[in-house]
Amino acid sequence: MKVVLENLTKKYPNRNKRIGGDVTAVGDFNFEIPDGKLIGLLGPSGCGKSTTLNLISGLIKPTSGKIWFGETDVTNLPPENRGVGLVFQNYALYPHLTVRQNITFPLENLKGSAKLSKQVMEDKAFEAAKLVQIDHLMDRKPSELSGGQQQRVAIARALVKVPRVLLLDEPLSNLDARLRLQTREEIRRIQQETGVTTIFVTHDQEEAMSISDMIVVMKDGYVQQIGKPQEVYDDPINLFVAKFLGTPPINVFEGEAKGGKVYIGNEAVADCPKVEDQKLWIGIRPEGFIPDDNGPMSCKLLRVEVMGRDVSIVSENEAASGPTIRSIVSSDIKVDPTRSEVRFSVKPHKIHIFNRKTEQRIYID
Amino acid sequence: MENKSLKGWLYLLPALLFLGVFMVYPLIDVFIYSVEEGYNSASQTFYGYGAYNFSYVLHDTYFLQAIRNTFLLVVITVPISTGIALLLAIALTSIEKFRNLYQTIFFLPYVTNTLAIGLVFMILFKKTAYSDGMINMLIMAVGGHAIDFIDGPYAAKMFVLCFYTIWVVLPFKILILTSSLASVNQDYYNAARVDGTSKWRIFTKITLPMISPSIFYLIITGFIGAFKAYSDVVALFGTDLNAAGMNTIVGYVYDMLYGDSGGYPSYAAAAALILFVIVLTITVINMLVRRKHVYI
Amino acid sequence: MESQKELTIIEKQAKRRKAIQNTFVYLLLTIWGLMVLFPFYWMVLTSVKSYSAYSSEHIPKFYTTNPTMQNYADAFTAVNLGRYLMNTLLFTVVTTAVMLVVTVLAAYAFSRIQFAGRELVFMIFLALMMIPNELVIITNFVTITNWNMRNTFAGLILPSITSVFYIYLLRENFAQVPAELYYAAKVDGTSDLKYLLKVMVPICKPTIITITILKVIECWNSYVWPRLITDDSNYFLVSNGIQEIRENGLGRENIPAMMAAVVIVSLPLILLFLLFHKKIMEGVSRGGTKG
Repeated sequence: MKVVLENLTKKYPNRNKRIGGDVTAVGDFNFEIPDGKLIGLLGPSGCGKSTTLNLISGLIKPTSGKIWFGETDVTNLPPENRGVGLVFQNYALYPHLTVRQNITFPLENLKGSAKLSKQVMEDKAFEAAKLVQIDHLMDRKPSELSGGQQQRVAIARALVKVPRVLLLDEPLSNLDARLRLQTREEIRRIQQETGVTTIFVTHDQEEAMSISDMIVVMKDGYVQQIGKPQEVYDDPINLFVAKFLGTPPINVFEGEAKGGKVYIGNEAVADCPKVEDQKLWIGIRPEGFIPDDNGPMSCKLLRVEVMGRDVSIVSENEAASGPTIRSIVSSDIKVDPTRSEVRFSVKPHKIHIFNRKTEQRIYID
Repeated sequence: MENKSLKGWLYLLPALLFLGVFMVYPLIDVFIYSVEEGYNSASQTFYGYGAYNFSYVLHDTYFLQAIRNTFLLVVITVPISTGIALLLAIALTSIEKFRNLYQTIFFLPYVTNTLAIGLVFMILFKKTAYSDGMINMLIMAVGGHAIDFIDGPYAAKMFVLCFYTIWVVLPFKILILTSSLASVNQDYYNAARVDGTSKWRIFTKITLPMISPSIFYLIITGFIGAFKAYSDVVALFGTDLNAAGMNTIVGYVYDMLYGDSGGYPSYAAAAALILFVIVLTITVINMLVRRKHVYI
Repeated sequence: MESQKELTIIEKQAKRRKAIQNTFVYLLLTIWGLMVLFPFYWMVLTSVKSYSAYSSEHIPKFYTTNPTMQNYADAFTAVNLGRYLMNTLLFTVVTTAVMLVVTVLAAYAFSRIQFAGRELVFMIFLALMMIPNELVIITNFVTITNWNMRNTFAGLILPSITSVFYIYLLRENFAQVPAELYYAAKVDGTSDLKYLLKVMVPICKPTIITITILKVIECWNSYVWPRLITDDSNYFLVSNGIQEIRENGLGRENIPAMMAAVVIVSLPLILLFLLFHKKIMEGVSRGGTKG
């Protein structure tokens, strides 16, 4: 099922009555979600991603704008008529019901011609349980399951009625780190096996990048950028997106464009022939640095951290907006940790420049 | 260490003194009273020990009537008040506008003097020589006959008593159920809504199991409270409850102890112990049922 | 998939259902609200009707055109209502104050001071919670009579002071205060009493307020014990006063004056409630048992 969001807006009255006016939770969201894709809604807390999810599920009504499932306008349709499957951050498994009862719960709601026999329900529940590999836990209560198992039950419950759209709200945030890696692969597998259009919300960019077909980066209720994870990473539209994606995060410097060159301090680090002279924010990805004794950037070396495959060089530069600069290079490259200075040259496609005031990206070529 | 023990007991001393004199000693004493036959409170003498007091009380028509009244009151008011409280609590939870106002109004009876408002109820229901009273006026307005609810037929008196009891106990029940309903995680309801669960199914399959501990708590305290009914009965029917035919078990205990029919602490003790056994039995049964039906 | 038209119908149905449900809910709440308020209205209304006007109403009126305050004056002169109010106030204040001291000390001993036999005594305390008042009141009546304390404030107050349940409630709250605070205070050389007053009591203020409120309500409305222990109207509390008025005080028929007395008796708690309704409702839902 294709899902289309059209100028979707949700405003709440301001709680602080003195200020008055409305707070925009989601503003003017336009997005056509292709059928059968896995979409990650990404942003810091309070950015409106969960509100967007609830608008799609129908739990809250938009202030304006439309939502389409395929060719149908579902904007004012109550949630039960939308056919969405929803997985909650805390799973919301009914504690007094067994796993089996939890999974069959949505099926028992079907009425009229859609009503299923007990046997069919059992079979469908078992099928869903098998898909998420919990078919051996059917008679347990949620309290007897681990966090990861509860998560799977919640997904099985959302999938059992074959939803048009599967919505996951922070599906991994209640799991420990090891389980999180495993479960996100699992979500990817389940999504690909069922082919259901899936939208999930997360604040963890790594999580979103690793499994999504497309990601939507949001901030303060507004969409910043939509695209394939690698595209968004390589080609951020503004400083916020550049900073939000990537671990370790992008290194940001104060700098300027002068005579067709990008300057950090007094050193020209890249060419920008078409850019007018102006003050800039300059972002360089950690992997964009090449240790080079003849390179233009001079930094004070603090320490070298060897992490097996990679080496992380931590250094200082006066123009950097953060306290340190972190660059990652292959461990084949040897850096003498006792030196006090390290010089870098910069890979041109790993450097992004932004307008100092608007923080919008300025394209070099 | 010795010093510390001393300090502990010192802090505890006032409570121990009060509890010892006014609770532990009386508790032992009440058993002694209950088996002292023919106790005379004036001379403080008795004939001997035995179960006569219990036998007397259990054969006393006033006590049997008190038992009947009390059981009727319990059986009628506990389910009805719990049911109405649940209904009102759900209604309260489902609204946003005026919720605080309604909640505050509903709670008012809790802070009022049972005797004082009982008097108002009596006035409302009473039929006198010169006026049929407010409620009778309403009854006649819809074509019924005026009844004296206070000095009239037993069923009418029982009705007023039950009505007033429910009016008095509802605030506490509504409050407990509203806070219990509010503590159910909203996600359960959202999950059910997304799955298209009907209102009724949400209520029976999610809400009820989730708040069942509170409901059982209310049923147990409701049973205990209704078995101990006394002051609201006095408020409606006066202190001479035996004459009104509306006495309760607790009323019987007090009547035996004091007042025109008083001076028989042994009978009072026997009746109080019988009440205690009844309440204990019902509480234990409740607990057993609870273990079966409450999921937590 | 349903056609767009069907969906519009579903939307409309959902909206209509919501509207009907809302109407029903508000109707229900309003009906019960009126049932609760009506006795209060009737009480106030009757109390301002003149005796002659009230007596001549064969069919009671829902309003009055010429309200009078005469009944309030009668209520204070015909019976000693002022005295009953003062008695109740004194009884409530002293009982609550002593109860607080006893309860705080006991709760502290149970939660913070380690001493031999503590657990055993606490177990006995818990068992005592199940003992109904009706069981012990018989002997207490005899005890107070033997002490010649009938018709005294001491006789009224002494047996009303302790509540095992409040000690339990406060102990549970005290036990939640981190023990590190206690050790820190000990290291600083703070005495137990000072620690209790300066640290524990302020931290547990909400619970202490709760039990104070509950005890005040309980005292103001207490009827059974005062009735047993007083027959001299100089020591009557308001509940006994009301009952006295009902039985033979203002003459059985002077109902407006009776209602005026009822208004006066009910007013203090209702005012207290209107002022602190949030706190009181919070307190009752945390530790109340009534009905």
